[in-house]
Order: sequence, then structure tokens, then C-alpha cells
Amino acid sequence: MTHLDSELNRLKAEIEEMGRLVQHQLRKSVQAFVDMRKDLAREVLFQERRINATELKIDRDCENIMALFNPVAIDLRLVFAAFKINSHLERMGDHSKGIASYALDLRQPLPEKLLSQLDLFSAIDQLENMIESNIMAFRDGDSAKARKIFQSDAQLDSWNRKAMQSVIDFFPEHPDLVPELLNVASAVRKLERIGDLNKNIAEEIIFYVEAHVLKHEKEKI
Amino acid sequence: MSFFKVETRNVSLYYGNTAALKNISLGVPENKVVAIIGPSGCGKSTYLRLFNRMNDMIDDVRVEGEVLLNGKNIYADGVRVEEVRKRVGMVFQKPNPFPKSIFENVAYGLRINGVTNKRYIEETVERALRQAALWDEVKDNLKKSALALSGGQQQRLCIARALAVEPSVVLMDEPSSALDPISNAKIEELIWELKKKYTILIVTHNMQQAARVSDWTAFFYLGELIEYAETKDLFTNPRNEKTQNYITGRFG
Repeated sequence: MTHLDSELNRLKAEIEEMGRLVQHQLRKSVQAFVDMRKDLAREVLFQERRINATELKIDRDCENIMALFNPVAIDLRLVFAAFKINSHLERMGDHSKGIASYALDLRQPLPEKLLSQLDLFSAIDQLENMIESNIMAFRDGDSAKARKIFQSDAQLDSWNRKAMQSVIDFFPEHPDLVPELLNVASAVRKLERIGDLNKNIAEEIIFYVEAHVLKHEKEKI
Repeated sequence: MSFFKVETRNVSLYYGNTAALKNISLGVPENKVVAIIGPSGCGKSTYLRLFNRMNDMIDDVRVEGEVLLNGKNIYADGVRVEEVRKRVGMVFQKPNPFPKSIFENVAYGLRINGVTNKRYIEETVERALRQAALWDEVKDNLKKSALALSGGQQQRLCIARALAVEPSVVLMDEPSSALDPISNAKIEELIWELKKKYTILIVTHNMQQAARVSDWTAFFYLGELIEYAETKDLFTNPRNEKTQNYITGRFG
């Protein structure tokens, strides 16, 4: 293994670590929101600092590899992809933090009926799997695995539409819950955004492996 | 006719029974820089030397195919080597100025071509030295020995000497590998400037140099042309796995 290879592998390991942090943050933030657990929400806010520090570390490592090794071809694309994936993961961390802060704002628990309709945890399972697939696809340079993310995101979009409808249907009967319901709608929207960011990561992985730019293309093939 | 300033068509070159170049077809458009990269022994210098028939000096060399300069085959019967070399300038890895004055080094090509007009020679020497970005450093010392110049200056002097006869093509064989980083940067800037007037082929082991100075890059391996592409494509998305392995340093 060349010196550059070992640096690139380290970069991949750091992205993996970043992905795991985001997975934890995501689940915890939704747990805090659903159970109105403020302690958990505060934990998420605290952990966010770790995500930010990891982001800066990865940025710096990308910069160093560029400056010291002048990577070309697939190595260059790997560094570019890592740089952008890092930023997408950090945005996911921000969204998780946002959901955690909605949990802190809750004045009363969310109605059971709404929660069961929303099925937030199935969305979380889906998102966790997407992050996991992306991490593995990036680690193994597996663009076929990355492509599957597009289907998962489509499923998540349809979940999002249903969830939004449930929230809308709840409004008329629960005027007392308006602030909470607005927060629920925002949380659902954030989960949908995290799905989109996973799609962006998949695009970066395909660029890294195949030198094929899918960004802004409607048909992701 | 040829669309290219220089071109090889199905060129193979043999040292005895050994093929050093295998069926190479490659064209260089006018006012472009083409870099030739590849591991030692891949045939890149041999390829470069086709264009001024330097390989002719080696015994037992046989060239097949066509080597076109301005559309004409320079290996055709009746073509005189001196005529070819007049139109093709060459710069080598190690600066090789003559043990003469700076002025005489640059004037040399004109003098052996029978030019005697003193004013014309002076003007040409100044123009060539300016083109080689050396004029400002030597204009007050033109009578000084060329051997007193620094390595980087000597190399630019050799470039000026090549340019004085207004060649169609300039060949450069590792022109800055023996120079310090500042001189190297000057040579690279110079190549960038020179392509406005000249067509340049450069052989280099330094891949970053190839990436910086050239418009097109050719990757040679074991006497074969593996890939020839626009430099920005070759260094971002090489089509051939061998090219990828070579430029990313994972060869063999």
C-alpha cells in the first residue's frame, strides 16, 4: 500500500466515523422528540460539537492530501467526494440538532394517535439504512450500492407526503396543539431533507467511482 | 496533407529485432503543447527523437510508417536530415551550451545556415533571448561565456538557441528535471508563452509538470501508445486502467 493509499483509507475511515455519529444523533433526536425527553435532546445538542469538530478534521485532511500528494484521477475524485460527503453529513447533523431543539420546545407530549400515524421510526430506520449503505458504498467504491439510495429516497418522499397529510388532518381537531403540530411538520420536513442529503452523497460516490456527474440530472441512472 | 503540425502514422521503430515503438499514430495540432509520459524505457524519448531524425545516428535502427512535419514525410527518400533539423528545435535534459559567448550560442544556428547580415543576426538573437525570457538577465553581458550562467539560465539559453532559427516544432526532453524549483517554474511559464508561436512536444517524468504545461498528454508503455487525451481528461478521468495505475503511482 502506498503512502497516499494509507492516507485515503484514513479519510474513508473518518467519513465512516462521521456517518456513525450522524446516525446516533438522528435516532436520539427523534427519540427525544417522540418521548418528550429533554435530557436526550440536550445530549444531542452537546454531541453536535463533536460532529462539527470531525467535519473540520476531515476538511483539513482533504486539504493536506491535496497539498502534499497532488492526487489525480480516481484519487482526486475520492478526495473531492470525501470533502463534499463530509459537508452533507454535517448538514444531517444540523437537521438532527434542529429536531432535538423542537423536542425542547414541546409543552406537552404529542398525541399517541398522531405518532402512530406518522410512524417516525420507520423513517428513521430507512434513513439509518441509507447512511449505512452510503458509508459502505464509499468505503468499498461500490457505485451500484450507491445507486440503490435513489429508490430509498423515493420511498422516503412518499412517507413524507403521507406524514404531512396526517399533520394537516390533525390541525382542525387540535387547536390547542398548533405550536406542537408546527414543530412536527418541521421535523418531518427535516427528515425528508436528510433523505435528500443521502441522495447527494450517493451522487458523490458515483462521481468518485465512475467519474459520472449525476448532480442536477432528473434521471439518476 | 495533415491536419496536424506534426504527426506519426503507424510508426514502428526497431533496434535490430526489438520493437521500441509499436504502431504509433498520434497528431499534434499547431500551437499546442503535447506531453509524453510513461515509465523509463517506454519509448517516449525514442518517439521524440523521430521528429528530428536523431535515431538515425544509432546503428541498426529501422523506422516504419510515416512521420509528417507540416504534412510531409521526413523519412521519405531524398529528404535531407539537415533540412529537417533546421525546422525542428530540440532542448535536452542537461543544458548543453557551447563554450562560446551568450551571443554566439544563440547566433550559432544562423551562422551555420550561412546568414551573414550582422543587423539581422543581432535582432534575431535579441528576439530569441526575449522569447526565452532571458534577455533582461543577460542583455548587458552578451559577450560573457555561456558557461558562466546558472543552470536555469543555461537551459533558457539553449531554448533561445533552438528558437533563433524559427523552428516549426520544439522538442523538449526532460527540459527542467535538472533544475531547481524556481528555474523549473520559469521554464514551465516559458513553455506556456512559447506555444503562442510554436508547437511543442515535451517528454517528462514529472507528471505534475505534464499536467501544468500541456494541452494534450500521451501515455506510453512498453513502446505502445496506451492513451492520448486532453490533459485535463487524462488526469481526472483516464480511460485506460494502465494510465490510471501509472498516474496514480500504483504501477506494476
